[in-house]
Amino acid sequence: MADTSHNGHKAPDSFEVRILRQGGPGQNSYWERHRVKHEQDMNVISVLQRIAANAQTVDGKSVAPVAWDCNCLEEVCGACTMVVNGRTRQACTALVDRLLEDNSKEIELQPMTKFPVLRDLMVDRSRMFRSLQKVKAWVPVDGYYDMGPGPKQSREQQEVAYPLSECMSCGCCLEACPQYTKVELTQRDDESDADFQKRKNAAYDSSFIGAAAISQAVLFNSHPTGKNTAGERLDALMDEGGIQVCGNAQNCVAVCPKEIPLTTSIAKAGRATTIHAIKKWFDR
Amino acid sequence: MAKKRVMIVGGGLAGLAAAMKLAELGIDVDMMSLTPVKRSHSVCAQGGINACNDQTRQLGDSEWKHLDDTVYGGDFLQHQPPVKEMTDWAPKIIDLMDRLGVTFNRTTEGFIDRRRFGGTLYKRTAFAGATTGQQLLYSLDEQVRRWESEGKVKKYEFWDFLGPVLDENGNCRGCIGQDLVSMEIRAFPADAVVLGTGGCGLIYGRSTMSMVCTGSAASRAFQAGAKYGNGECIQVHPTAIPGADKLRLMSESARGEGGRVWVPRAPQDTRDPKSIPEAERYYFLEERYPEYGNLVPRDIATREIFDICVNEGLSVEQGRQCVYLDLTHIDAQELTRKLGGILAIYEKFQGVDPRFTPMKIFPAVHYSMGGLWADYERTAEGGLQLASPVNQSTNIPNLYAIGECDYQYHGANRLGANSLLSCIFSGLIVAPGIETLFESQKGAAADLDASLFSREVKRHQAEHDALLKRPAGHENPYLIHQELGEVMTKSATVVRRNDQLDAAYATVMELHERAKNCSLSDTGNWTNQNVVFTKALLDMFPLAKAIVKGALQRDECRGAHYKPAFQMPSLKCEDHAGRRREAEQWCDRFDENNKKWLKSTIATWNGNEPDITYEDVDTSLITPRPRLYGLVGAEVIEEVWNERQAKRQAASGDQGNGAKTPVVAGAAS
Repeated sequence: MADTSHNGHKAPDSFEVRILRQGGPGQNSYWERHRVKHEQDMNVISVLQRIAANAQTVDGKSVAPVAWDCNCLEEVCGACTMVVNGRTRQACTALVDRLLEDNSKEIELQPMTKFPVLRDLMVDRSRMFRSLQKVKAWVPVDGYYDMGPGPKQSREQQEVAYPLSECMSCGCCLEACPQYTKVELTQRDDESDADFQKRKNAAYDSSFIGAAAISQAVLFNSHPTGKNTAGERLDALMDEGGIQVCGNAQNCVAVCPKEIPLTTSIAKAGRATTIHAIKKWFDR
Repeated sequence: MAKKRVMIVGGGLAGLAAAMKLAELGIDVDMMSLTPVKRSHSVCAQGGINACNDQTRQLGDSEWKHLDDTVYGGDFLQHQPPVKEMTDWAPKIIDLMDRLGVTFNRTTEGFIDRRRFGGTLYKRTAFAGATTGQQLLYSLDEQVRRWESEGKVKKYEFWDFLGPVLDENGNCRGCIGQDLVSMEIRAFPADAVVLGTGGCGLIYGRSTMSMVCTGSAASRAFQAGAKYGNGECIQVHPTAIPGADKLRLMSESARGEGGRVWVPRAPQDTRDPKSIPEAERYYFLEERYPEYGNLVPRDIATREIFDICVNEGLSVEQGRQCVYLDLTHIDAQELTRKLGGILAIYEKFQGVDPRFTPMKIFPAVHYSMGGLWADYERTAEGGLQLASPVNQSTNIPNLYAIGECDYQYHGANRLGANSLLSCIFSGLIVAPGIETLFESQKGAAADLDASLFSREVKRHQAEHDALLKRPAGHENPYLIHQELGEVMTKSATVVRRNDQLDAAYATVMELHERAKNCSLSDTGNWTNQNVVFTKALLDMFPLAKAIVKGALQRDECRGAHYKPAFQMPSLKCEDHAGRRREAEQWCDRFDENNKKWLKSTIATWNGNEPDITYEDVDTSLITPRPRLYGLVGAEVIEEVWNERQAKRQAASGDQGNGAKTPVVAGAAS
């Protein structure tokens, strides 16, 4: 039975989903079509769940279920980022009825293009976590014994910091960034896991760090205790692949699902690194 | 000798807290997680974290009262010493998280702001917007990343825990893991293995839990011989947003900030809710529980919402069960500041702005109070012996359980904003215990004969290969999961009846057999999510059986476990003398019932079914007293019960451990 979407348009009984699939790293990708029965309150996750339960293409061919990454389904974990109808976003908040308003025939799903595909819609975003290491995105406390409360902070400070700390490392800002390009390495036959990791880290560290990590550096540089190691974070941002690579396209802020003021962070980091560079020059 | 290592399975709040503290103690940590740890289910916790604080203290609050609220809310089913230690630590944990940079909301003067949560009369709950779990998790994730960059912590993300490795004496010496990308199965020798693998909501199909919360890791430990406690104690959260893929939490903080629950007095009134006059609205929680109002403990709110929809037919919608949760009387800007995160979730998934239109909500499976049995070492004062290797240990030596996957802290019902606390606390406290354990252990697991590990790898590899080779055309694991979810939701959630539980147990047994016949739609050996899901599904059954059997056998009402056939009655007499007499009988029955049922349900796996035994609960600090929320004649029962307590106290003198016997408080009088 057809039901109606929220604005009264009649929803179809079923719809097609076009998915860009890939068996594994280094393999060719290909499009595959599935037909899914329409249900009330569907999102892209429930579409992929239906496909997993009955993995048949529109031609009736049985195929392996589509691999994808997800966890919380509430848009707070960042796992299910993919490219839905050409737009990078979380699959959980991609509501089917809304998508069908744009194109009532089909929904198109692709993996993010800036990260190596592991399989189908699942990509390797470990580079993002490496970037957080590079900018030392943490408060350098002495330890975890009871030392009383942290420094008192004003409500204004909290209201600036909180939006930045909502970054869930989903990668949307990087997918949309013209300067952020894919880094994909293959393990050599004679290479140990540890050596391969080292080589990957080196490649990540010399490539553009991207808006998410820059904004985290700004977050911790504004924290009363985090400030104490601000110089180290600014050094990281001035390193190869640092803030100077940013081309100011401002796509990042437009696609961030948490509406984090990323370009404000980048501007702040830009000013701070300039001052830091001048200071360092005088201190030589 | 190789250096000793700890393997922590699960990188949510508990696992990360343990990793960070162990690293500080100089112990090397491996950490295995189904998902990058920053994406763990802890991020879903919204409302906050409880601790007695400077302000509540001046209003009469104390750590002891936090303990009292917690055990009273949990209907006294938890051992009290670990809870006492936890509530004693709570203020210190808030301070620590504050130092780590958690963006707690602030008062105008710059102090950490607090809100009120269910089951207490004090504003104990610190919060960071409406994403407190996310913010706490991120701070711990950052600290662990710091240790990772120094080489003290090694993460294995996208790895599945397949089971512990036990030596010939039954001691845990490591575990087996599987890489979810390459499907490689390998052994991780470890001198202690800590499970912080969360709840098991996916056994119910759809719940408020994340997709990794299958309970498979706890189940694998259970099947290897670990005891499982109070499985039947499953919290159903009163307020969730129904959805096709999951039921999304609407935090208790919505009520903490003044949200009101109501239905139109006229069934399925089709008017715009905002146009319905006050007199035609039924604020049923406020009317039935004048003292706590919308902030009654979760089990009670859940039952009342269920009752209003199912028994009284007052659901807001015709074809679907739901009630209004209304915030529209509160200033929109204040709502954005205090609840922005959760309100955005509602708007994103329902397309309606809850600041201006009442939300529609219904209860959903939310938290596993039960879990792996864990031990503790008690001090004479009734707290925990810090640095004891016994704390948080399962019955398998060197295997520990922390966070939601242990059964320690919440008894038969968890208070809101106590889970983040118990997760961080149990993670922090397990670390010094493991340090002590290591001092007493001879040799390191990494130096053991490799055959112990290779044998286990081979066994798991053979199971994996056999699954992949299963012939096509048999059962579909996703459909079996749906059926399991339906039977569990119907029989073992809000209202429990023995005939339904009996039938459900038979169905679960049958589904388990059918699940063993699953065919895979993906027989490849690269990022095969189909085989990983099927394994997790198979491991849901032992826990599902423990939940249903525990519920079936527990013939009483306790916390979230509600069996109307065994409910303590309201008083019926109209005159005072008659009521006194009835109240005396009521109190006798209450004592009798506690003698029989104030016990932890302990399940052990016999290879096909759970065997159930019962263990006494340490209630030496606060004497169990009746929960009288909403009962007719509550004030008379309270009177009788208090008189009896006074007599008992006089007869036994001081209890000698500093314990006080409080009088009944918080009844619905």
